[in-house]
Amino acid sequence: MENALSLAAGNLLSPMVLFFALGMLAALVKSDLSVPEAIAKGMALYLMLAIGFKGGAAVSDHGLDATLVLALLAGAVLSFLFPAIAYFLLRASTKLSAVDAAAVSAHYGSISIVTFVAASSALQSAGIADPGYMVAVAAVMESPAIISALYLLARSGEWDRGDTKGGFSTDLMREVVLNGSVVLLIGAFVVGLVTGKEGFAAIAPFIDAPFKGVLCLFLLDMGLVAGRGLRQGGSALGGGTVLFGLYMPLISAVIATVFAFAIGLSPGGAALLITLAASASYIAVPAAMRLALPEARPAIYLTLSLGVTFPFNLTIGIPLYIVLGQLAGAP
Amino acid sequence: MTLATFHKKRLDIVVEAPVLNRLLDLLDDLAVTGYTVLPALAGRGAEGAWRRAGMVSDAGRMVVVMCILDEARIDDVLQPVYELVRRQIGIVTVSDVAVIRPDHF
Repeated sequence: MENALSLAAGNLLSPMVLFFALGMLAALVKSDLSVPEAIAKGMALYLMLAIGFKGGAAVSDHGLDATLVLALLAGAVLSFLFPAIAYFLLRASTKLSAVDAAAVSAHYGSISIVTFVAASSALQSAGIADPGYMVAVAAVMESPAIISALYLLARSGEWDRGDTKGGFSTDLMREVVLNGSVVLLIGAFVVGLVTGKEGFAAIAPFIDAPFKGVLCLFLLDMGLVAGRGLRQGGSALGGGTVLFGLYMPLISAVIATVFAFAIGLSPGGAALLITLAASASYIAVPAAMRLALPEARPAIYLTLSLGVTFPFNLTIGIPLYIVLGQLAGAP
Repeated sequence: MTLATFHKKRLDIVVEAPVLNRLLDLLDDLAVTGYTVLPALAGRGAEGAWRRAGMVSDAGRMVVVMCILDEARIDDVLQPVYELVRRQIGIVTVSDVAVIRPDHF
């Protein structure tokens, strides 16, 4: 308990979370503070490259084992499973239409890579080892949820697709699977795997030392984006939908804890699997939903994922997931 | 001396950024001789107001695709473009314009 409280306090008072809070506050009071779009994109690329490379280098150093394969499988199964739970809960407890519920479900089955990066950084601060390969699990968990959510909607009989394109297609899956952040994440992981310790030492001054500072600036921007989203789209969310954005990550976290225990992940690996499971997408899936379900309202799924679940995970969720990881993880 | 101008049609498509690649592929398939893509900075529509600066992904961004066509081709292009974008957030307009080099369109 003491450990959990100290983790929570350490996380809440970390520069990352405080910069995120600053951004949110600035947006809510309508400050003109903003991060130029090109810089925000550059920072996102930097973070993907750094986290992917570090993961690959760590795996090269420690070697691969069967746990990696099990973790990849677990990630895919969870990403398929969560939309079904989310869809059922949303239909039972909110007034969302079938299309909106399916779009939201897809977001909660997929993952937020920034939440993953923040959790990796929190693990490092807490001195808990990260197995490295969870980056590959993150990439695997991006897209199955989209297929699952579209399947649920098709089965519901409440989806009027008309005669237009939309829904599931190979083009859509290609665009999701090959989206820039996934390609860079996996590409950097492979480069890290190939070049190993020596490669890491060669570029450590670029990808290691400035990492937390860049993450702070990036989270300041995320705070601004989340705050603006809440200000503009908050009225589109009902009370039940907001509650869903808070309890669904906890349900996903508990299920992922069982999976992490069953496959014997380390405490750090378990914490990251739980974090991935509890996070909700706001980059890859919203773009996919605009193509597959254009009738679904972005004001609902983007605001919920970015304005409610992301801040919740960043402040309260991550320390909780680290504690769950320690409980579930193999020593 | 007055420069000679020639009547053409201008097609403006304001559409969500995620659809852009599909739209450009379609214009290429339809052998449209040229188009220009412009980023939209901000706007307001049926889904409310938005600003490019406040977006974390392409999902909420809008772009404008502009192309000039010969009048004889407008229906051939407009119908499939409309089929592609009619369920998306956006606007399609056709207007009369005058160009100086008619052989380009």
